[in-house]
Amino acid sequence: MFYRENGQFKSSYGSDQQMLPILQDRAFMFGLLAFAFLVVPFVVRDYVFLSLLIPFLILAVAALGLNLLVGYCGQISLGHAAFMAVGAYAAYNLVLRVPQLNFLVVLVLAGLIAAAVGVLFGIPSLRIKGLYLGVATLAAQFFMDWVFARVKWFTNYAHSGSVQTAPLELFGWTVDSPVEKYLFLLCVLIVFTIVANNLVRGHIGRAWMATRDMDVAAEVIGIRPVYAKLTAFAISSFYVGVAGALWGFVHLGSWEPLAFNLTLSLNLLFMVIIGGLGSLLGSYFGAAFIVVLPIVLNQVPAWLGVPISTAMASHLEFMIFGALIVFFLIVEPHGLARLWAIGKEKMRLWPFPH
Amino acid sequence: MKNMIGKEGPFLALCAVLLIGLVLPLATGASAPGFYVEVLLGGLMAGVLYSLVALGFALIFKASGVFNFAQGAMVLFAALAVARVAERIPLWAAIVVGIGIMIALAWLIERLVLRPLVNQEPIALFMATLGLTFFLDGFGQTVWGSDIYKIELGIAKEPVMVLQSIFQGGILVNKEDFMAALVAAALVASLALFFQKTSTGRALRAVADDHQAAQSIGIPLNRMWVIVWSVAGIVALVAGVIWGSKLGVQFSLSLVALKALPVVILGGFTSVPGAIVGGLIIGVGEKMAEVFLGPPLVKAFDLAGGGIENWFAFMLALMFLLVRPQGLFGEKHIDRV
Amino acid sequence: MKQTAKYAMLAASFAVAAAFGSTAALAQAKKVDAQAKEQFFPVLSYRTGAYAPNGIPFANGYVDYLKLVNARDGGIGGVKITWEECETGYATDRGVECYERLKGKGPTGATAFHPLSTGITFAVTDKAFVDKIPIITFGYGRADSVDGTVFGWNFPLGGTYWDAADMLVQHVGKKEGGLDKLKGKKIALVYHDSPYGKEPIALLQERAKMHGYDLLLLPVTHPGVEQKATWLQIRQQRPDYVFLWGWGVMNSTSIKEAVATGYPREKMYGVWWSGAEPDVTPAGDGAKGYSALTFLAPAGTGAVHKDILKHVHDKGQATGNKEGFGEVLYNRGMVGAMMTVEAVKRAQIKYGKKPLKGEEVRWGLENLAIDNAAIKKLGFDGFMTPISTSCVDHRGDSEAGIHTWDGKQWVIEKGTKLVADSQIIKPMIRASAEKYAAEKKIVKRDCAKEAG
Repeated sequence: MFYRENGQFKSSYGSDQQMLPILQDRAFMFGLLAFAFLVVPFVVRDYVFLSLLIPFLILAVAALGLNLLVGYCGQISLGHAAFMAVGAYAAYNLVLRVPQLNFLVVLVLAGLIAAAVGVLFGIPSLRIKGLYLGVATLAAQFFMDWVFARVKWFTNYAHSGSVQTAPLELFGWTVDSPVEKYLFLLCVLIVFTIVANNLVRGHIGRAWMATRDMDVAAEVIGIRPVYAKLTAFAISSFYVGVAGALWGFVHLGSWEPLAFNLTLSLNLLFMVIIGGLGSLLGSYFGAAFIVVLPIVLNQVPAWLGVPISTAMASHLEFMIFGALIVFFLIVEPHGLARLWAIGKEKMRLWPFPH
Repeated sequence: MKNMIGKEGPFLALCAVLLIGLVLPLATGASAPGFYVEVLLGGLMAGVLYSLVALGFALIFKASGVFNFAQGAMVLFAALAVARVAERIPLWAAIVVGIGIMIALAWLIERLVLRPLVNQEPIALFMATLGLTFFLDGFGQTVWGSDIYKIELGIAKEPVMVLQSIFQGGILVNKEDFMAALVAAALVASLALFFQKTSTGRALRAVADDHQAAQSIGIPLNRMWVIVWSVAGIVALVAGVIWGSKLGVQFSLSLVALKALPVVILGGFTSVPGAIVGGLIIGVGEKMAEVFLGPPLVKAFDLAGGGIENWFAFMLALMFLLVRPQGLFGEKHIDRV
Repeated sequence: MKQTAKYAMLAASFAVAAAFGSTAALAQAKKVDAQAKEQFFPVLSYRTGAYAPNGIPFANGYVDYLKLVNARDGGIGGVKITWEECETGYATDRGVECYERLKGKGPTGATAFHPLSTGITFAVTDKAFVDKIPIITFGYGRADSVDGTVFGWNFPLGGTYWDAADMLVQHVGKKEGGLDKLKGKKIALVYHDSPYGKEPIALLQERAKMHGYDLLLLPVTHPGVEQKATWLQIRQQRPDYVFLWGWGVMNSTSIKEAVATGYPREKMYGVWWSGAEPDVTPAGDGAKGYSALTFLAPAGTGAVHKDILKHVHDKGQATGNKEGFGEVLYNRGMVGAMMTVEAVKRAQIKYGKKPLKGEEVRWGLENLAIDNAAIKKLGFDGFMTPISTSCVDHRGDSEAGIHTWDGKQWVIEKGTKLVADSQIIKPMIRASAEKYAAEKKIVKRDCAKEAG
């Protein structure tokens, strides 16, 4: 009834190329942004910012990046936390060694360095594919973990191997309270979403999708697989590298190589698959799901006043988390984004049955 | 013949480089011969265990096309079950009970996870097994506890010196390690027999070759899956018991599965001999690298300690993949549009 | 139709989740009203995962002591203790989440945190500056946080890893007949590859420069069940001593591998986190002869254990399944709780008998003075040494002994009393703290002014 697109005509190229062609979508998006910028900062507790929203915003950037690679280009990576680590340590060293750089510049440079490393580890994708590639990318994971734990220069010879960062400063604005961090990250996420959205509907995104759907056929119609696969690795690693720098500087403030271990890589993959492969929206859903679910599961017994030990709660958390993953894969293998799409379809007709 | 060498050139070159690397410490006198043999043996022993875990991976992938990340969790689950049950009843009975539990688990997995997910993308199946890993880790610790438990196989743990006449200082060996190797070899032999000689084994191989063709000649796919997951469960149990008797049964056992991942890419996802040979190569390769390559690296680059074995196995596997994308024994795959 | 049923099921699961969430929120809101004269103790513990065998007894001891104070004394100065456990699994990110979750609970917020992981300590150190909650890391944490002028909120009570490493070097020096005899000797450090295991390296290197021994660094990757190559290297290099800096299942694995490679256990010395029952019992008889530092609380039972049995365990209130009662880590957990309680007591003298804020508790921690008489009165006779702290010195006195596993129990070596050499450690602490202050742009505290 309310969500109908008939009567909305596209009469210029500009309107045909809009990111949100339907009026209701635009209204909804502006409403959501207004809510995120104007309402959330005033009503939400610090705990929610620090434990839920900030990790969500950063991991959403990372999930976007991984989704570009896995969901759009069809190349599986089990080692993306390694590129987050590259971004984080690159940013750390840039801030440390070239202190006059603006943090935004540092972010971009860290992303570029991560992209370079990503391309390097993406080269095997030219020879191997599918799960073989996935397992091969684990090499990146373990090698990078080792590099940052062992090469002292990267951690500025810290004797514990752990690095610390000072609070962020942007044009004289010190980003240190939870609300400020939240607003900063929200802006970053919006910029990255807009860029990603335009990438995937441009020629590069189409090249990725053709490669994903059938690489031999894509090659036949003139898409160079080297170009498609390596750009996917580069851009994906750029996103993830930036996310890594943010994870280190904004969320953790002090970290060790273990902060970017295999668990994080697997969690990123969970996000894009639970959220929906090949859907930017899905990356958001997936990130939210994976960030929020364990924390909520862990606290539910305490909230309900059920007297079970923390060990039991933690075991239950694992079990329910695992079972829910399987459940979601069975019920909706195309991810939460598909559910959203179905909901939208239904909204078109609502409240009439046909 | 000439053509073959040309095609396999890079592969042969890689093998040659690795072989040279392997004998280098001995040839340059960087290591005493006795010690060298010890490292070699240590690597082989570790390799046997990697092989066992990798075997579970390969069996399941072959028959059902699932990359089963939960193999490590199954190792832990089985070992925990045996260790805790063995506190009440004799070990052999506990192992029988453990096998029963693993078969029940296989049946449940087929029913609740695999069957609803049939025909999904490989990555979805892979993620489902990741979910299964979480579930089993939590479930295992809930039922069996999270302390360190013991499995006593009744083999002495003190090492013995052998071959003192040949090598200066002798060679330290563990009876336990040899028993482990023997058990693993026996297991592999019986699995080979099972696959070659029994009708079930033949049916399994048919399923592995082509699901649809197998189904069309009347092989029940679902039952085959239960069987292969049961076999993988039993392999996991053997690995868990051996490893558990060496290190104690504890949660961290489930992380050994990671060690088997380079083995399966090296050996090929579907190859049983690949899993065995791959395991041995990785085991020897990483121990050799850690002991002989690690210290010079640390010295040269002023690193904070060695520990290169964690990535060396993956890099080794990656190099093999680059020259032979199908793995050591994997079947060559040709794409058609 | 089937499709619809599927989505109905999904929708239902979401609805259930939402219902859970909202009722839970309500339940929580109700609980807050009931709080009045209560002091909230956050408990970061790990009862699951690779480090559970060590985490469980510690957490049991910690919580049992809190229960004892409530049951026997009616709380601290009439203020009841409340607590909540949060499972970190020894993972830094979960630890930080637990910190955020618990820091604001109770009428006055969290009293003080025991992160029980060096990684978590590093991560929450910055946060403590903002939240004004003390971080007690007794026997672990950042070695440089002894300096209270920079690390205003960290309390490595009773000793740091630099102290521990220094004590071990002194001890083996004594065995050799003087520190100068260490020249040309080889010491291997087998360490957990995390901030925890890396902390002592700086000091061991410093000492190596002084005495001329070779230091062999052998990291073991988390969780530490893969040590074959490590011990092969030890077999090759034949170090004169092995220092073990492990945690969780890594410790017992090290001892087992030492057995398998024939390295004499008498030459192995563990830090105080590598010298508890779960570390040696899995290795069976092989662990006989292995020694480790004792830190404050050795194994055994004393007066305070009788009280715990009487007031807590006999009333069916024991924490967990009574695992580890009277063991090394249980007792250490108990001492940890006791020192926190004593700090609150101390602060109550200044601020009154009411629920205290973290900032007020810090004053208590900085003016801790537990002498022998007090230890005896508390029933901790033989389980700790006197400790007194100040604004500048957040560690207090550090002293440890050596105990050896005889196959059945830990036997304390009589007459061995190790004290770290502050001449070496002090300059290192200063340098490291200065570096931290510069990196983090921290304004140092002026302790003289605060006292006045």
